[in-house]
Formats: sequence, structure tokens, C-alpha cells
Amino acid sequence: MLADKDRIFTNIYGFQPWNLKSAQMRGDWDNTKDLMKRGQDAIIEEIKASGLRGRGGAGFPTGLKWSFMPKEPRADRPSFLVINADESEPGSCKDREIIRHDPHKLIEGALIAGFAMRARAAYIYIRGEFIREAETLFAAVQEAYDAGLLGKNAAKSGYDFDVFVHRGAGAYICGEETAMIESLEGKKGQPRLKPPFPAGAGLYGCPTTVNNVESIAVVPTILRRGAPWFSSFGRENNKGTKLFQISGHVNTPCVVEEEMSIPFRELIDKHCGGIRGGWDNLLAVIPGGSSVPLVPAAEIMDCPMDFDGLKAVGSGLGTAAAIVMDKSTDVVQAISRISYFYKHESCGQCTPCREGTGWMWRVMERLRTGDADISEIDTLYDVTKQVEGHTICALGDAAAWPIQGLIKHFRPEIERRIRENGGALEAAE
Amino acid sequence: MPKVTVDGVELDVPQGATVLQACEMAGKEIPRFCYHERLSIAGNCRMCLVEVSPGPPKPQASCALPTAEGQVIKTDSPMVKKAREGVMEFLLINHPLDCPICDQGGECDLQDQSVAYGRGATRYDENKRAVTEKYMGPIVKTVMTRCIQCTRCVRFAEEVAGVEDIGAIYRGENMQITSYLERAVASELSGNVVDLCPVGALTSKPYAFEARPWELTKTLGIDMMDAVGTNVRIDARGRQVLRVLPRVNDDVNEEWANDKTRHHVDGLTRRRLDQPYVRVNGALQPASWAEAFAAIKAVDAGSSVAAIAGDLADCETMFAAKSLVTALGGNLLEGRQTGLDYDVTSLSAVNFNTGIAEAENADVILLVGTNLRWEAPLINTRIRKAVWKKGAKVFAIGPETDLTYKTEWLGDDASLVAKLPAHVLDALKGAESPMLVFGGGALSVPGVHGAGLALAKSVNAVKDGWNGYNVVHFSAARMGSLMLGYGLPGGIKDVIAAKPKLAFFLGADEVDFAALPDTFKVYVGHHGDKGAHAADVILPAAAWTEKDFTTVNTEGRVQRSEKAVFAPGDAREDWSIFRALADALGVSLGFDSFAQCRAAMIAAVPTLGVEGLADYGWTVPKLPAKPEARAIPSPIKDFYLTNAICRASPTMQRCSEELIHGADFAEAAE
Repeated sequence: MLADKDRIFTNIYGFQPWNLKSAQMRGDWDNTKDLMKRGQDAIIEEIKASGLRGRGGAGFPTGLKWSFMPKEPRADRPSFLVINADESEPGSCKDREIIRHDPHKLIEGALIAGFAMRARAAYIYIRGEFIREAETLFAAVQEAYDAGLLGKNAAKSGYDFDVFVHRGAGAYICGEETAMIESLEGKKGQPRLKPPFPAGAGLYGCPTTVNNVESIAVVPTILRRGAPWFSSFGRENNKGTKLFQISGHVNTPCVVEEEMSIPFRELIDKHCGGIRGGWDNLLAVIPGGSSVPLVPAAEIMDCPMDFDGLKAVGSGLGTAAAIVMDKSTDVVQAISRISYFYKHESCGQCTPCREGTGWMWRVMERLRTGDADISEIDTLYDVTKQVEGHTICALGDAAAWPIQGLIKHFRPEIERRIRENGGALEAAE
Repeated sequence: MPKVTVDGVELDVPQGATVLQACEMAGKEIPRFCYHERLSIAGNCRMCLVEVSPGPPKPQASCALPTAEGQVIKTDSPMVKKAREGVMEFLLINHPLDCPICDQGGECDLQDQSVAYGRGATRYDENKRAVTEKYMGPIVKTVMTRCIQCTRCVRFAEEVAGVEDIGAIYRGENMQITSYLERAVASELSGNVVDLCPVGALTSKPYAFEARPWELTKTLGIDMMDAVGTNVRIDARGRQVLRVLPRVNDDVNEEWANDKTRHHVDGLTRRRLDQPYVRVNGALQPASWAEAFAAIKAVDAGSSVAAIAGDLADCETMFAAKSLVTALGGNLLEGRQTGLDYDVTSLSAVNFNTGIAEAENADVILLVGTNLRWEAPLINTRIRKAVWKKGAKVFAIGPETDLTYKTEWLGDDASLVAKLPAHVLDALKGAESPMLVFGGGALSVPGVHGAGLALAKSVNAVKDGWNGYNVVHFSAARMGSLMLGYGLPGGIKDVIAAKPKLAFFLGADEVDFAALPDTFKVYVGHHGDKGAHAADVILPAAAWTEKDFTTVNTEGRVQRSEKAVFAPGDAREDWSIFRALADALGVSLGFDSFAQCRAAMIAAVPTLGVEGLADYGWTVPKLPAKPEARAIPSPIKDFYLTNAICRASPTMQRCSEELIHGADFAEAAE
């Protein structure tokens, strides 16, 4: 279990005020200038050494991502940092807590990360539904400006840096990095084709890096305490601490900072008061937010919660938003609801996702009630395979995986419903 | 040049080529819906998936993927086939499959490709999506349920036409292509979205339910609606032209056509002159050809004969008329009906010298007295391309209009040509490829022509490999008529002053007929328009779709068009009318057939015998270069009603009412 002294987010529960004064008492903005004095390359090397992997779901090494940015941005083509606070993944709620209670960690991180990648400004794209959080963030940015921590000669470092907060309009797809860039530019939020990657041509055609809130917010602490400290947590290739968000059928759902690779059982028992009705009552867990496949109880119980551990059981860490389902759950309905979410949030740009998500949801709805034929399970699986990997962005994959996970692990349950509904007769004919 | 392997065939591809282009170079057909050579890459239909290694272990959209050295591309592997079949199935689940009642049937990309990649039967048991109709104006008919959201129309409107009137709203499976406020698409190029649409979502409204593509005879033609010389295909069934579609010609129209070119065709069957008329006691009476000829002979004009060519006149017609006038001893030949009298001693001084295709390489452009959107829409798209793709700067003198690109308007005073603001002069002088464009409106102001030529010299617009001096005409007959000698020093004023006893009007409707009160007017044309009303004798002739002809566009490109249908009733091809009339008047023209007529014309003007750009050299006449200080007029009042055919066309009339005069045609809730 992570010791209190090793927590990065010391005010994640909001026991103290979020404001600048309190944040400074917690150690934020402490001599930021000296951190920046180490130089851009040194900061990037430190982050690389820390083993920090992107916290938004894909887990791309953060330091490596920064190193793709141009070393000498042209005056007419500045670099930008875009911070993804469009946290809309069902189950995820970590960025919300950071912005609510520790916004200065994010803002300081934005300055340092922006400095390291030689960015001119950072845009924080905050989810439209986060109304109070956006208010907090606006106020916190203003505080930082007023204190001279942002703007010209930010934090007296001699570096000019601006932070803009941009509110989204409530589209899940704008959490995809290129769709977010489109949306920031004032266009319809639809993912772009890659290549070119944002580091080459992103916001307004300029080099851009898009990072998750958590990835940025941990940066100042990593620099203060050093890469070896951060990489002392977790397994090889899965370093550091992480905010886990546990929702669903546990006794005390919570957001908690823990070290990576903590076994699922330990995470639940220590922080969530165990599974509702005991471990024998656990049915399945969606370990990384709605877009990763579910993992049945037996496989998840002792699985280390990190990128590689969850990959090994056919799922993924995603945003580390564990949705716990006990045996009272109608698992088919649960996945069907997720399918509805993806059908609703598909941007409609490319064919497989636009047409496939609606089709999958409709079949899922019939499977829920058993109003289907056994062969349709295979058809559905086939359709998910036709969507997966054929789309511009990963939303198609995200829509396909939960259903694939369901069919893989709960096919007997689906067949039972069809049979009880009389569908078996049809199948036999 | 990267070396790639496509299905086992190794080939070199140009730097920057996409995988799709590489596959095409290797002779592989890649199915596609959203990809179009002349539009930006959307990559959203996912039909062009291929397998590429090295790369992720999933199929890649070939239209958007750049080639790289050593790539191995597979276009027919099982993975590719499965992926395409998957995409095709998705496209079809919500497509209504109403091909029997769809106008796109027979020329539909979705139909063709579903033959190759479609499943035999559907696996989709749910209800299909239905989408409400959208109103896009008098040209474009929408059946949006058929839409596959390829966004070609959106990209065309934004990139080529320069109007942001079409877009996508809503998301996911509810995404719809719409004109937002259900207003007509305010573009003179809107008809092109019909060609671009790979399915039957956007079809031609005037052509709705008219014909199937396999019933049509296709004839290669050259459009006469403006002086661009758009290459078209004339689709006719029986004796009626049903539609006109653009052909690809990268030097002229790329593959676009303006709405007038496409949709004036319903005017070809209306208000037609299908028999001769003779004015008896002040009223036009139907007559036989012999009676009409007798009436002309009775004038006994001697050599006091003139011929005035209209905007739609072709070279052979003008040559035949000229032959007759000359045979009678006359020499009054003029084509500039409205009174323009610019100097025509040097054709290079009134030509679009840069060339239409080259115009997109200009970097600083000065437009003088020309509304290119109306006078030559497809030259306007080239300039838009120069601005959009290469960042060219555009300055303009003349009445302000929206040209779809950023333009610095300097005012409408003609004298500005001789005293340009310093920053404009500097920009032109500093330009690598400066371009000056003078419209008909500019040349109507005395002194502008000379000042323009002087400006071309002073900013060094004419140099090795680049001639930046341009005149843009809007009459298809203009360059041909000038080559054939239809140009008097004082323009039509000379004709009026000469008071000819007999004058032939070759489809000329814009002449001030009242200025020729004592002239016996013979109208040789095809539509009962202003010229026919003023005529003493009407000789019914063939419209441009009804004859073979040669024409020269504003850049001096000699092109030939073929006969698609026969002229109605007693109407005859123009050359044969003059040939027959010559007999009646007792003179000889020296030809007895169309072939002889054309040969004689080529003998007289050899350049007309070679298809392609005529070389006028570069000679600058000495002209007064002090433009009068007055506002440059706009010669076209109504884009959709510029000639007799358009004015007879219900579609063009409706376009005019709705798009120019703002009449509200949005369909009532039915």
C-alpha cells in the first residue's frame, strides 16, 4: 500500500481548499523556476527515466511523446500543449477530482511540460459537463496569472507561457486527441487522419502534444522527488503511482492513489471495503473504463492492476477506472448500455463506426431480452470484428471490445436467454 | 522516388504519392467513395483499405497513407477482401436499396462496388434509418436517406466552390449532410455535387426521372455558355438533349462545369424557331424558305450588307456569313454586340494569355472590372486555387462582389489602372508570376485597354515563360469572331454609321436594334428572343448541340464540338442557310458541304484548323493609356440569363429568380 508520504495528490479528497495559497502550502509552485532551470532536455530525460506512461488510456511513454516536438519552433509556427480534461469515459473520474481539489498541480505541470516541449501555450480542454470544475479551473488559472506564475516571464523563469481553458460541449469523441484539436479550432469534433501526427501538424497546423490531465499533473512532483522515486513503484514497464477509480458493487467506491501493479484484490480490500457480498459474489470487472473488455471474477481477482497485467487477461488498464459488477448484475444489459453509449457518441465520420455501433447496440438489445437467434451471437461477433481496426480513431475499437469480452466470457448466459425465450426452437429448425 | 511493391509488382512512385495512387499506377483498382483526386482527403468511407507492411497488423486506408520506401502493399489479400466486404455491408445496412426509382441507377458507385464486394443477402434485421429531405436549391435534388456520408459535396463546396453552404450536422448514425438553413446553395457551381455524389443522395433536379444512362447517346461537345470552353458530354435521347455533363480536361475545366452549362439544356426545346418567318405588314408571318429568301433578295442591298455575330456563334457559322457578306461586296463584320470598341489589331492584347490552367500558378493577381464568378466561373476556381493552395494575393478594381477568396478591393474607378496604390504596384513588381486580368467591363471604359498594356510592361508581367496579361471574355464566340475578322475599329458604331441596307444577325440578341431603323434585319438563329422580335426575316438555325462546329475559348484554345441531335422542324445548320441564300442572291461562296466550308475556313485562318492553343505571339498596339475617371460597369446583370437559350430555360429562370432576385422557393410543407 502506498505510504502517505509518497502520495502525489495530497488533496484529492478536498480536505483542504484548492486555492493557490493552500496549494503552495502543499508544495505546489515551490521554486518552479529552479525546476525549469534544469533545461528542457534534462526535464524530458527525467520524465523518460521515471517511466511515466500516459494516463489517458493508451499508455504511451510521456517523455518519449514530448521528445517528438521540434527542438527549435519557428516563430510563425509555435508549438502547443493541449491538456485533455475531456474526461467522459464511463467509470473515469480522476481528472475531475484533480481539477476540483488540486488544480494547481495541473497548472504548474502545464507550465513545466509546456516549457520542456518548447510550447508557446497550453490549452486545457475541459469537459462541458464539468461546470463547477471549469469554474475552479478558470479561477485557479487566474490566480496563477495574478501571482505571476503564468504569462510573461512565468514564475520568473524568463519563459513566456500562457494557459487557456476551453470548455467542450459534451461530446465524448472530443476526448480523442485529434478530435479535440478540431474542436479547439472551432470545428465539428471529428478525429483527423494520422499521419500527420499532432507533433508534426496539430492545433492550427502547428506542432502539438496532447496529454492527459493526470500525466501533466504528476510532472512537477516527479521532478521534485526524482525519477528514481517515481519508478520505485510498480513493475518494470509499469512504473509510478496512479489514481484508481473504483465504482460499482464495492462497499465504498472511491478514487484513490495507489502504486501501479497493485493486485486487484488488495486494491479493493484496502480502499473499497471489499466486494458487496464478499469475493464469492464478484461476477466481473471492467478494469479500465467502459472501452476495455470485461474480465470475469476468477481472472481479475489476483491480477496486478497495470498495463501489462491486464493485457495478459485480455483487457487493458485504460484510465484505471474499475467498474465492479457483482452477481446481481445483468451483465448483458450492462454491456448493451455501454453499446448504447458508443452508438450515441460515435462522431459519424467513418463508416464502420457510424453504421456498426448502431447495429451492435440493436442486436445487443435483442440479446438482452433473448429475442434473437443463437447464430446472431456469431454475427454480432463478426460485426464487432468488422468495426475493430477499420476506423479512423479508436472509438470503433472501444465499441467493439466490450461486446467481444462479453461474448468471450458470457456466451452461455446469452444463449440461455435466447433458449428461454424460445429462440432455440428456431435454431433447431 | 520510393520503391514499393504492389501485389508482388515492384514499382517506383513519385515522392509524396499515396498508397492508393501507387496501387493505381500498378494497375490495381481500389474501390473508394470519399476519395476524389480534386478534393482534400477525408479517409472516412474506409472502402479503400489495403494491407501494408511494415505497419500495424490491420488494414490501412490507402487514400490517406503516404508511400514509403520498401512498402509491401497487398490489395487482394483475404484480410483486404474481408475488410472491404465489411465496409460495404455497413454502407448498405442503412441504404434504402431503392435503385429502381433512383436516378443514379446505372451510374452509381455504390451499385458498381456492391457487385464486387457486397454480400448476397443482408444480415441486418433492424429497421433502416430514414433521413428527412434537404432543400439545396433549384439544381440539386436530395434524397438524403441514400447518403453514405462521404462528405465529397461538403469538401467541394468549401474547397472548390468557396461557399460554406453544405455541411454535416449531428453525429454518429444520425449524421446528416445538409444546407443548414434549407436554402439554395449559393454557388454557380452547385451542380457539380451531383456528379461528385457517389450514390443517389444528390441528383439533378431538372433531370429527375428523365432517363436512364444506358438510354442516352453520348456526344462530345464544347460548351458555349461562356468563353471558358468547358469540355462537355451531351447526353441525348432521340431528338432531345437531356443533360450536359463535364468531361475531364485539365487544361480547361478540370472536371467541373458551371450550372449554366449543365442546366440550360431545357431551354433547347423551348421557344425554338422551327420555320422561317417574314414580316408582312409589321407582323411576322410563317413562310417557306423560298419566300424568306425572296424577301431578302427583294431588298436589293447590293454591297451594303453587314453581319453581326451573337455570343453563341461558332466559327463555321461566322465564316459562312462572312463569305456571303464578302461575296456581296460588303465588309461590315462585327461580333461585339453591346458596343465594345477595344482595339483588335493585336489578338494577343485581348487574349487570356496566361492560360486557364496556368492561372493557378500566379502569385499576385490584379482583377480589373471583372466579376469572374459570373464571367468565367471556372477561371475563378483557378484563382481561388492560387489563393487557397499557394497563398496568392488578389487585388481588384471594379464593382465589389464576393469572389469566394480574399480580395483587396481598391475601388471601382477605372482611372486607378493608371495610378495604382504603391503597395499594389510593389506587390506586382515583386511577384514572380504577376497576373493582370481585364474583364469586358474594364475594356468598355476608354483608355483602360492601353493603360492595362502599359501596366503589364511596367510591372514586367510579360517575361520569358510567363505572360501575365489577360483579357477575360464572357462570350463564347469572341475569340473566334476576332480571328475571323469580326471586329471594326469603332465596334458596332461603325455598322450603325454605315447604315447597311441588309444585316444578318447570327443569333445576336443583345444589339440595340432601334439604332438600325432602316436596315432590313435577317435573324439567323434558334430562339425566339429579342433578335427574332426585331427581325424582318427569321431564318431558323441550329443550336450548338445540333451542329458540328469549331470554337475558340478566351485563352485562344481552338476546340471542336460534335452534333448530338438534329435541329427541330425546318431549322437548318447555319452554314447551309448561307450556302442556300447565296444561290438565291446569285453569288457563290465556294463551298457546297460542311467539310468544304470548314476547309475553306481553315484555308482562310489556318490556326482554326489545329485543335489546341493558338499562338498569337505578343505584340502590343499603341493605344491611349489615360483611362477616364469613372466607375467600371458590370456587363453581366444576371448570370443565369445571359443568352437566348438560358432565357428560354425554366431551370435558369428559376435559378435567376431564386439566387439572383432572392425569391423564396423553399418547398412548402407537403
